[in-house]
Amino acid sequence: MIKAVFPHKDLLGIRNLGRDEIVMILDTAESFKEVSRRPIKKVPSLRGQTVINLFYEPSTRTRTSFEIAAKRLSADAVNISASTSSVVKGETLADTVRNLQAMAPDIVVMRHACAGAAEYVAGIIAAGVVNAGDGAHEHPTQALLDLLTMRQHCGRLEGLRLAIIGDIAHSRVARSNLWACRTLGIHARVCGPPSMMPRDLADFGEVEVCSRPEDAIATADVIMMLRLQLERQGTGLFPSLEEYARRYGLNRERLARAPADAVVMHPGPMNRGVEIAGDVADGRRAVILDQVENGVAVRMAILYLLGGSRS
Amino acid sequence: MKRLLIRGGRLIDPSCGRDEVTDLLLVDGKVAEIGPPAVGAAADREIDATGGWVIPGAIDMHVHLREPGQEYKETIRTGAEAAAAGGFTGVACMANTVPVNDHAAVTRFILERAATAPVRVYPVGAVTRGLAGKQLVDMGEMIDAGVAAFSDDGRTVVDSALLRHAFEYAAVLGRTIICHCQDDRLFGGGVMHEGRVSASLGLPGIPAIAEEVDIDRCIRVAEYVGAPLHIAHVGTRGAVAIIAAAKARGVAVTAEVTPHHLMLDHRAVHDLYYFPEDVHAARNWPRRFNTWTKMSPPLREPEDVVALRRALAEGVIDTVATDHAPHEQNEKEVEFASAPFGVVGLETALPLVLALVREGVLTPARMVDCLSGAPARILGLAGRGSLAPGMDADVTVIDPGCRWVVEPERFRSRARNTPFAGWRVQGRAAYTVVAGEVVYAAAGAS
Repeated sequence: MIKAVFPHKDLLGIRNLGRDEIVMILDTAESFKEVSRRPIKKVPSLRGQTVINLFYEPSTRTRTSFEIAAKRLSADAVNISASTSSVVKGETLADTVRNLQAMAPDIVVMRHACAGAAEYVAGIIAAGVVNAGDGAHEHPTQALLDLLTMRQHCGRLEGLRLAIIGDIAHSRVARSNLWACRTLGIHARVCGPPSMMPRDLADFGEVEVCSRPEDAIATADVIMMLRLQLERQGTGLFPSLEEYARRYGLNRERLARAPADAVVMHPGPMNRGVEIAGDVADGRRAVILDQVENGVAVRMAILYLLGGSRS
Repeated sequence: MKRLLIRGGRLIDPSCGRDEVTDLLLVDGKVAEIGPPAVGAAADREIDATGGWVIPGAIDMHVHLREPGQEYKETIRTGAEAAAAGGFTGVACMANTVPVNDHAAVTRFILERAATAPVRVYPVGAVTRGLAGKQLVDMGEMIDAGVAAFSDDGRTVVDSALLRHAFEYAAVLGRTIICHCQDDRLFGGGVMHEGRVSASLGLPGIPAIAEEVDIDRCIRVAEYVGAPLHIAHVGTRGAVAIIAAAKARGVAVTAEVTPHHLMLDHRAVHDLYYFPEDVHAARNWPRRFNTWTKMSPPLREPEDVVALRRALAEGVIDTVATDHAPHEQNEKEVEFASAPFGVVGLETALPLVLALVREGVLTPARMVDCLSGAPARILGLAGRGSLAPGMDADVTVIDPGCRWVVEPERFRSRARNTPFAGWRVQGRAAYTVVAGEVVYAAAGAS
């Protein structure tokens, strides 16, 4: 494979990526998908490099995906989660990552509850930083795997119509996808309870806000359902799970209002019966497991491009 | 007789209707005379104020000096030195120290420490014990000990009945209550203004109504009992409208605005756009999520900045106060949501206000009333805020032309947390004079 030049030390968000850079990542990811289908799922691209997965929030899917991606590139992957780290001892984030830097990792994959945390760390350490989710700010590899999945099923990205439904205000997945829509010329519609809708989306460009999910999905090529954080129950943001499911959940009847070839995505983990009905999640229009498969490929591409850019 | 002559400056003092190039003679800590001194009346010391502005000593009625209890952030001494260097002859220090200034003993401690400080310190007492909002402090005893006003700054008095009684007592005792207006529930876990920038950064927002509904509540309670009140750090155009309406119907409400709310808006949190790229690189300042832009109330919208400037010019807002909030560097060098609120302001306020004069927002006379006359009136400081003969000899001599770069590492304050680091500014204090003594002279001043 020809080594593409990726002119960044870190992947902190989609916002600051150009169209060509996004396409380059997706093309690179495409070529890595084949690796995961081999009997021996390993290439030597990052042999001798160290990838640290530093997770301050619990995560099974994303952390596993990054770990598998690193291992399939022959990197050494180390996982640190908040429960086993020195966080509980009250160490600052800056001190923690400076200590990690002293162990000379090549890439730090980081998830943190505070928006801006990855960017903050990237400014401190020499290792490349991959943002695996920072608060409600960005989750760039999720958006990239979503884009790869959209391109796979729709054959293109520019001009696509994407509906994102759910808790937009607290969603880093929504934000990263909206930045991608702006850069790539995807028409975005968002819908969710008004209590979970940001007050002003002007920075994201041409985003249509719909009050009814039926309007958001009416012309959609892709329907992206967001996970409802169940711990938001009782905060007054929405009356009840049942009311949320009735009004915003994607069930068969509601999906019938969308174009017949629209695909359904979900970043996981799903709350079946809340934001998505079980039969829709398992139905033929759901591409949720394709997203997971593409996640490994996208993360391989990112680690490869960042690792490669420094060697 | 100790005589200090400030010669040849432009004396600007709306309290006595002056704006002219003249001399100012201070004798034994009082203003003796405006105008050329009599022949043969030699002064002990002369200051050449040619080209400078001579104004009644500026007063910052909202600072946090952190002593007692958090001396690693600031002390009364370092805060007062910062004030002197910034051209302030007096500061009112808020009660949220450790322990809280909710008892006469704490007030006396502060004043004892302040006795050797270069500027005058006016302690603000808590409204409620421990700032807990449950029980009023012994206001009379604290006034006897020397508090200038009362405030639970940092918090609002949630219990409206208690707030009413606080207003009733303070009014009878002749003191103003300074209200930090904030509806805690609407404020929630917010860390910056709720708007397009918080939406794009994914940071929890603080809606404008969080301060507006509480300003409205405090004004209505004070109005009902006929007590004076002062609104701290006004930040939104909605708040300006509420205060203007209250003033129009005769409520004894005054208000302050900070220099940072007059100069910056919420876009600064996303990008310290006003710094050239090389400054960031050289100093390793993050452009985005910079915790130096985190304060409460937060930086609002460009439209709010316009409204605040107009309100200050028109007198809806009475004074500029810095809300000087020192924090140790380590406390601010964390992820945005974890950083404490607050920025320092004492050593940058004067050039920023002068910028408003150069831009034509404020007349020089209006600026002087905002800095000197108004805070003296609001706090009831007899003998201060005016250069009329017989008043206390607190004077700020401004060099309006001096260009300099804000370098936090040179601050007298113990803290460095300013959003204005690297700014090229114009104007500074050349001399700060308290009770006829020069407590600060800028390098290069005669």
